[in-house]
Amino acid sequence: MAENMNGTDERVPTVVVDDVHITYKVNGARTGRGSATSALSRIASRRQAPGVREVHAVKGVSFAAYKGEAIGLIGSNGSGKSTLLKAIAGLLPPSKGRVHTQGQPSLLGVNAALMSDLTGERNVILGGLAMGMTREEIRERYEQIVNFSGINEKGDFITLPMRTYSSGMGARLRFSIAAAKSHDVLLIDEALSTGDAKFQRRSKERIIELRKEAGTVFLVSHSNKSITETCDRAIWLEAGTLRMDGPAKDVVAAYEKFTTAKK
Amino acid sequence: MVSQTTASATPPAAPAPAVTDAAPAPALLPVYEPGELAALAARHGLTVSGARPTLGAYIRQLWGRRHFITAFATAKLTAQYSQAKLGQIWQIMTPLLNATVYYFIFGVLMNTKRNVEDFVPFLVTGVFIWTFTSSSITAGTRAISGNLGLVRALHFPRASLPIALALQQLQQLLFSLGALVLILIGFGQFPRPSWLLAVPALFLQAVFNTGVSMVVARLAARTPDIAQLTPFVLRTWMYASGVMWSIDALLKGDRVPHFVKVALECNPAAVFIDLMRFALIDSFSGSQLPPHVWAVAAGWALVCGVGGFVYFWKAEEQYGRG
Repeated sequence: MAENMNGTDERVPTVVVDDVHITYKVNGARTGRGSATSALSRIASRRQAPGVREVHAVKGVSFAAYKGEAIGLIGSNGSGKSTLLKAIAGLLPPSKGRVHTQGQPSLLGVNAALMSDLTGERNVILGGLAMGMTREEIRERYEQIVNFSGINEKGDFITLPMRTYSSGMGARLRFSIAAAKSHDVLLIDEALSTGDAKFQRRSKERIIELRKEAGTVFLVSHSNKSITETCDRAIWLEAGTLRMDGPAKDVVAAYEKFTTAKK
Repeated sequence: MVSQTTASATPPAAPAPAVTDAAPAPALLPVYEPGELAALAARHGLTVSGARPTLGAYIRQLWGRRHFITAFATAKLTAQYSQAKLGQIWQIMTPLLNATVYYFIFGVLMNTKRNVEDFVPFLVTGVFIWTFTSSSITAGTRAISGNLGLVRALHFPRASLPIALALQQLQQLLFSLGALVLILIGFGQFPRPSWLLAVPALFLQAVFNTGVSMVVARLAARTPDIAQLTPFVLRTWMYASGVMWSIDALLKGDRVPHFVKVALECNPAAVFIDLMRFALIDSFSGSQLPPHVWAVAAGWALVCGVGGFVYFWKAEEQYGRG
């Protein structure tokens, strides 16, 4: 910001990804039959080699994201988009390279904190606390979250356990809880595909709102339309490497060409 | 300079919802000099994502999440029996049934009660206090590995998980103590001032349990096989802790070598169990307690509580890694 005021036109970076590699270690991924006897014979014969395989999910990706940008991450399944997002959020440490961030980027994902045996009401509180909201903040926004989810439109469902919800209802409540907090850097992983048409429109609006509140928004999606509609820049990952980085329209066009050519 | 393709004069506050046609796209794959990005980050004071906070900052973060910890513990406890018809009644039924089973096996079938006065209160106290430690440790093995989704999706000090699970076990124990009070009164043990000693004893035990469960949480996060091994370690430990028999009665004879005597007397589980028996049971006198028992209990709590916490914190940035 200060630079802009001084007249120099250097923009303020919020996320700098510097030559990041991410490897997963997977236990028990060794090929071959999985029976106990074969496992024993493997242990007997190759004692040094444990049943661990490494998966190199992201291979040396570099880019800088700036304040006010909305960046779409595209690429085919298994190209490392979600993994990269988790590394930006600081949830999966890179095995090589560094991710520098301004403030704490947060993933729009609260699903894991919710418990299906609890009522929707208690899940709103639990999810809010898990995201780091205070009890007062949750109390203030409780009405707003429930109204946004539309759970109570067909009767008093919020006081029922979440396991009784239909999958669409559950997804709506989860998105509503996740979207209740504003963030500096917001990372969204495939959130726009849940719920009915009415809820999809409402959540798209909410994402645009969140973008205004946040410094930078990253969006992972397989819908090219939602990338071009909500993002101004796109990054295309393929097999863990950065294939293209530029204006959303151009990158998506190139990506579309690539996917149709493959067929 | 960074070779970016989007227009560099974009106003930071209000990003346009769609791409403007203005920006030409010369190169769609920006190339960075080595060190260029790191310098850019340093110039704007960006911090490295996912780095471990200092111990002080970590404790402050944890304190900031105290409401999450208590809410998570209570939620786990409530969710446990929410599908059962009798619901939360199981909170108190489960420990009662456990005590009954142990009574029949050790009290009636094997007749261990010969050496012990007030055997039923003695046994039930032992079982409940032991269960508190053993289930805290078992929960610890699953604290990270059983909540990987949560660890990989949200930011919070990871110690919240083993602490919340230990807290859940403490809440569970309070229900068991409700049952224990009924049993004690049923066997003619009425409340008296010494019952208040249960509070410091339980506090020390809770700190000890949390510390140990943080150690196993870190071990099991790296090596999930620990979770398979723990039940056997715990069972061995239980039989050595005088849950169903009196260590004091065993040690009365001279048959036992000195080091075994010391080991049995310093065993933290045995210490906590005996302190609780001393507090609650009339006939369990101070002479049955090992020497310096409160100091030993406080020492275990301090060493395991602080040591376990620091040990857990040392790997903070690695939890959730594949």
